[in-house]
This record gives sequence, structure tokens and C-alpha cells, in this order.
Amino acid sequence: MTGYLLEIGQALLALLLAPGLTGFIRWVKARLQGRRGAPPWQPYYDLRKLFGKDVVVSKNASWLFRFAPYMIFASTLAVTMIVPLVAAPLPFDAVGDLLAVVYLLLLGTFFLALAGLDPGTPFGGMGASREMTIAAIAEPTIALAIFGLAVGAGSTNLGRIVAQTLANPGGVINPGHLLGFSALFIVMLAETGRMPVDNPSTHLELTMIHEAMILEYSGRYLALIEWAAALKLLVFFSLLSNLFLPWGVATALTPGALGVAVIALALKLAALAVTVAVLETRLAKLRLFRVPELLAVSFVLALLSVTSSFLLR
Amino acid sequence: MTDFTRLKSALIEHLKGRAKDVTVKRGNELHCRIVRGGDALALAEFLRRDFDAELILMVANDRRANHRVFEINYLFAQTRENWFLHATMELTPERPTITSMAKFYYPASRFEREINDLFGIAPVRHPDTRPLVRHAFWPEDYFPLRKDAVLPEDFKDDGTAFPFQQVGGEGVYEIPVGPVHAGIIEPGHFRFSVVGETVIDLKIRLYFTHKGTEKLFEGRLPAEGVELAERISGDTTIGHSLAYCQAIETLAGTEVPPRARFLRVILLELERIYNHIADFGMLANDTGFVFAHAHCFRLRERLLRLNKQMTGNRLLRGGIVPGGVGYDLPHELDLPAELDAIIKDFNEIVGICLDNSILMDRLEGAGCLTKQTATDHGALGYIARASGIDIDVRRDHPFAAYGEMNFPWKIPVYQAGDVYARTMIRVEEARESVNLIRQAFHNMPAGPLTCLLGSLPAFEPAFGLVEGWRGAIIHWVMADDSRRMYRVKIKDPSFVNWPALSYALLKNIVPDFPLCNKSFNQSYSGNDL
Repeated sequence: MTGYLLEIGQALLALLLAPGLTGFIRWVKARLQGRRGAPPWQPYYDLRKLFGKDVVVSKNASWLFRFAPYMIFASTLAVTMIVPLVAAPLPFDAVGDLLAVVYLLLLGTFFLALAGLDPGTPFGGMGASREMTIAAIAEPTIALAIFGLAVGAGSTNLGRIVAQTLANPGGVINPGHLLGFSALFIVMLAETGRMPVDNPSTHLELTMIHEAMILEYSGRYLALIEWAAALKLLVFFSLLSNLFLPWGVATALTPGALGVAVIALALKLAALAVTVAVLETRLAKLRLFRVPELLAVSFVLALLSVTSSFLLR
Repeated sequence: MTDFTRLKSALIEHLKGRAKDVTVKRGNELHCRIVRGGDALALAEFLRRDFDAELILMVANDRRANHRVFEINYLFAQTRENWFLHATMELTPERPTITSMAKFYYPASRFEREINDLFGIAPVRHPDTRPLVRHAFWPEDYFPLRKDAVLPEDFKDDGTAFPFQQVGGEGVYEIPVGPVHAGIIEPGHFRFSVVGETVIDLKIRLYFTHKGTEKLFEGRLPAEGVELAERISGDTTIGHSLAYCQAIETLAGTEVPPRARFLRVILLELERIYNHIADFGMLANDTGFVFAHAHCFRLRERLLRLNKQMTGNRLLRGGIVPGGVGYDLPHELDLPAELDAIIKDFNEIVGICLDNSILMDRLEGAGCLTKQTATDHGALGYIARASGIDIDVRRDHPFAAYGEMNFPWKIPVYQAGDVYARTMIRVEEARESVNLIRQAFHNMPAGPLTCLLGSLPAFEPAFGLVEGWRGAIIHWVMADDSRRMYRVKIKDPSFVNWPALSYALLKNIVPDFPLCNKSFNQSYSGNDL
């Protein structure tokens, strides 16, 4: 019973933290660029504003357009229940493993692309086409990068992987681990629409990927999609931090351990957020046709990670 | 014998006596009248072949009220020896037509379409009869620049779509963008025909901001025109107001005092610097390199405050007045030191950008405009210089105090014609501008800032050329018999540079368009007067 409560608590925590994480990255970026920037909690105001606004829907849009935001939000939220944010193992570990995470995320991407195509605007179609090109290379890489860990743990179950790593900390410094981390980090940048793949703060429609697909959205639909995007970022950050550096994750469900876990999670998220902000300030955006090259690199890294995990097992 | 001294006899001989009233004015302007429809084309061919002179401006003028004709004025320029040929053709007021020279020179095609839209003077055998400036909801017989044009009670859209050229084929689809954009920029419609991400055709439809600027000049006193000229394109205050003032000063035969001429150099170069530096930041921003953008905007702000110290206005408004300049240098201001500090920062930012391999990958090879295409379009300014065309009005037709600088400054010319070339031209020009200002600052003579503008002769044409930061700006003016402006024709470099963008973008990918467009950065407002 406590396990299920924990699942709900973990999802709520993710929902609560996600907008702040996005806002924090923006704030750090602004500081690095010598601007004052909006406060980190600005996305919460934005969400409240969007939920309070009317929805404008194109006459050409079908039911899909209205349905997609809920689907995207729900699928991303479901992932937060499988990914070990604060505690492992979790009761839902039995329901979904690594593959479930990958395909739940892909489900959201799939519906987002459909929703981009649905109203028939050129930007939506453009964004959807680009997103699918990237997703086609990125999604297998996510699975492959984590497979490297799964090989070591002998299971694709995320909770099991975390527990295994905690029990055997020496394994963290093996090459498979490091390669997998690098691969997943690159894929994370692509999947969450960060630089150098996509520019989350651009106003130039013709260069957009993620933003192009959601241009037609407004009001609560937009709020749901924005929130889901923030959740997705949090999920990827958690995968990166808790799978590869699981310290702090509670293995016993005591209040003390959970408290430590929440603080550890916040610290790890902040560290990753600063890393991403620094990267985004240092990097320019790649020419679109260079993105597959970058993703190919991450795929090869992931492949090497699995190979070396096998060889060193 | 120079070209100009043999021009007069060659002209009379070539046109077999059909060139009338051939006179030399102001030392380097040959004025004449031509009579027959085909003469303008014959003249253009002859001038290009024998003298390397090219058409730079066509001006229509409604003189039915006192002369019972429409006039078309053709202005040709030769850069090597700095002379002009100004040919006027008179047209009967009933069903006026001109023989098109669109197939000879592309900018002529656009001038003719513009004249057709605003004056109802039809170009005969013009290959492209679509409107250019004309809005779909203007009444059929409404030609706003005719003197007897009456503003319609209400404008009704006739509902017809603009006849864009259709691009077909398997896998080709269209991406229409604008006229309303996400950024705070002016309206323009861009229609891409793409295969995958590759652009195979781009059609640009501008002219959504027709303000009737040229009409607004009519009936103004010369001094009243300056504030209008300053607002033709918000970022080119000095460029346009200087071209306008030079035109009316030429017309009045007024010599601007030396100190004012040096101050005009300083003002024009200040405008160039702030635009070049801000645009460098914008270019970096379009590649996602926000750091450079943030710092270039910091420098831009410093420059705008410097502008405010100079003229009391951040955009340098009020800097130029007929017969001189509005303000003297502030005593306490060490302009060269200020600018040296700014350019030092700028050089550092540029260095950081050029060290960034991703950014360089975006700039190099993107949006190539070949020298041939640039020449065909009569491209101007940094667009031309990035494509290997060595033109600069400051050197070719010196104005203000540019002819009196101690040592020649460097005019950067690149051959590649890509975004990188256009970017670097602007970086180097910003640096050279500082050198120019330093020279002007140290060599500035003492003396008055303004002189009285002489009386404007009635119905005489005159023109002023200025190398604004975008390129050559021309103002062509004519006063009436009450010393008010009768006709003012403005050519912003954007008029010829905009169409070249379509060609620069071919075979590039859609997401590189904003970067290419930014590297051109042409004016919507200056183009659509």
C-alpha cells in the first residue's frame, strides 16, 4: 500500500518540480548571457495563465487535435511512475520496464507529431516531419544506452538496475557505464528539444522542431503540452542521474531515506540543469542535416556501451 | 580624354540627333531629352557597352498640370569617373506608355512595374505584367502618384489571389510564411517551394506597408521634408535624410560648410556602426548563439546612448538639416576613445563567434549569391561587396567629406557571396567606420554648422547619393514654382537587394532561411514607400 502511495507521491513530485526545472534552466541561461532573466518559477505563472485562457482551435482540426494534449500529458505522467525518481524498487516495476519507458515516451512524440499534422498548417507538418526524423534515430538509442546497464544488472527493470548499482558501486566506473551515459545525454538533448538540436527559445518558425508542432495550440491544451514537455525533461534528467549515479535513491521506505532521496534528486537535477544551460550558452544550433550525424554518434556510443558491458561482464 | 568629355559627342552621334538639349550641369552630370520610345533602351545599351555606365534610377513624374506631359527620367551612373547621365522622356498624357527595358536590365523591370502601378504608365512588351506595389483593393483607375488622384471613399478587396508562379512536380510542396511573422518585424510574404527540406523556389511578396511616402513629400517645404526622410526606414535615419538634403542642396546650388561635411561623415558612420554591430548579434542569435546576441545588444545600447549625446535622439534624428547639421560635437565627448572601447569589445565577441565551429558551419556556404546574379540584380551595399562587386558610393561618388579624408580607408570585398562573407563585410566595415570617424574627428575644421539654403529653381531635377549602411540611397527631387517639393523619388538599396534573396536561397534548406534573410537584412519600409 505504501508503495502505491509512493508511486502517486512520486508522480506528484515530478509534476510539481518539472516547470521549475525548465524555469531554472532558463534563469541560469539568462545569467550566463549577462541578462537578469525571468525568475525560475516563471513557468508556474505561465501554466496558471494558460489554464485560465480560452482555447482557439482551427476549423480544419479534427478530434485528434483536442485529444492529443491529454494523451501526451498522460503518457509522460505514466513514465514518471516507472522511473525511479526517489525510491527503488517500486511496485509498478512489475508493470513496466525500460522498454515501456521508451515506448511511452515515443507514444507522446507520436501523438504530438499527429497533432502537428492535423490542422494542416505548413509549420506543423514541417515540425512533425523533422521530429519523426530525429525520433527514428533517437528512440532506439535511449533503449540501447540503458541496455548497457541492463546487461550488467541482468534485468531491463529500472528499479532492479538502480538496486544493483547501489549494491555494487564499483561497477559505475566501467567504460560501458560512461559510454551509456554520454549516449543518453546526447539523446536527451535531441528528445527534449534542446540545443544544439532544437532551440527552445527561438521565434523563427522555419527553424523550429518541437515548437513548430505546437504552434497551433493555445489555452489549456498548450499548458498540458508545455507541462508534458517539462515532465519529459525531468524524466530524462532522472534517468541520467538515478540510473547512472543512483546514490540518494531510497531503498527503504522510511521518511528519513525518502527525505534524503528528494534532496538528492533536487541536487542532481540542478546539476544537470546547470550543465545543460552552460552547454546551450556555449553551443550554436547545428545545421538541421548535421543532427542525424550527432545522433548517429550517440547511437554508436550506446552500441559500444552494450558491447563493452557484455565483454566486461 | 576622359569618358565624360567624349560622352556628349558620342551620345549625339549614337542617337542620331534624337538626344535634345544636351547640357552639362554641375561638372559631372550630362542632362538630355530623348524622344522616341526605344531611345531609352538604345541609350542604356550604348552606355553599358561603351562607358560601363548602368541605370540606377527611373523616376516618373506627372507634369500634366503645367507642362501637359508625363515625364520618365532615367538616371545612369558611371562609377569609375564619377559622372551621371540624366535622360528625360516626355509622354503624352493620354494612354502613356514606355518601351520596356525589362529584358535588358532586371532592376528596370521593377522600376517599370512600380511606375505602372503608381502612375498608370504601361511598359510595352514587359515580360511580367503582375502588379508590384499595387494592392488588390485599389480601384482600377486609382494611380496614387498622379497629381489628380483622388483617395477612394473605401477600398474593397476584389478577392483575387496574387498570381504566384506555380511550381509543380512530385514531392514538391509549398510553405507559405507571413505576411505576419512571430518576431517584431515588418510584413512580408515568403512562399517556399520545397522538396523535403531543400528550397527549389522562393517567391517574395512584399509591399504590405504602402504609406505613400513619396506622395507625402509633395507640397512640403524643403526643410519639412527632412523629418519625413528620417522616417523612411527607421534604422537609416541619417542615410535617407542626408540623401534628401544633398539632393535639395544640389538643386539650390548650396555649398555645405566644411565642419558640417565632416560632422555628416561622423553621423553616417555612427549609423553604420550601430546597425552592423546589432546585426552581427542578430545573426549569431539566428544560429542559436545567444551569448553574442546579448553582448552585441549591450554594445548597441552604448552606441544608441552615444547617438543621443550627439543629436539628442537615439536614432540620430535631427542630425542632418538642409545646409548643414543640427548639432555640433559635444565638447566633453571623446568620440574616438568611446568607439575604440566599443570596437574592442566587439572584436572580442567576433573572435569568440568565429572560434565556434558549429556557428561557422552555419555561416559558411549558406545562402550563396553569385557575382553574376548580384550584378544582374544591380545589387548594392554589403550584398554586392560580399559577392565580389567592388562598389561604394563613398569612394565612387564622394559626398560630405569623404573626398577629403587623409588616407583611403579599406572597402572590404569578399568573393564567396555566402552568409559568412556578408557577415564579415559588416564586421570589417564597422571597424573601418571607427577609423573614418577618428579621421573626421581629428581633421575637423572649425566654422559654422549650417548655411542658408539657396532658392530652389522650379521644375529642375536634382539628386543626392549616399552610401547608407545598407548601400546606395538615392533621392531625386524636383521643386515647384512656390519652392515646395513637387516630386521626390526615393530608392532604398532594399528595392534591388530584396529580389536577390530568392536566388541566394536556392538549394539551401528551409531552416537556414532565417539566417540567410538576416544576412541580407533588407528594409521592408524603405522598399515599400
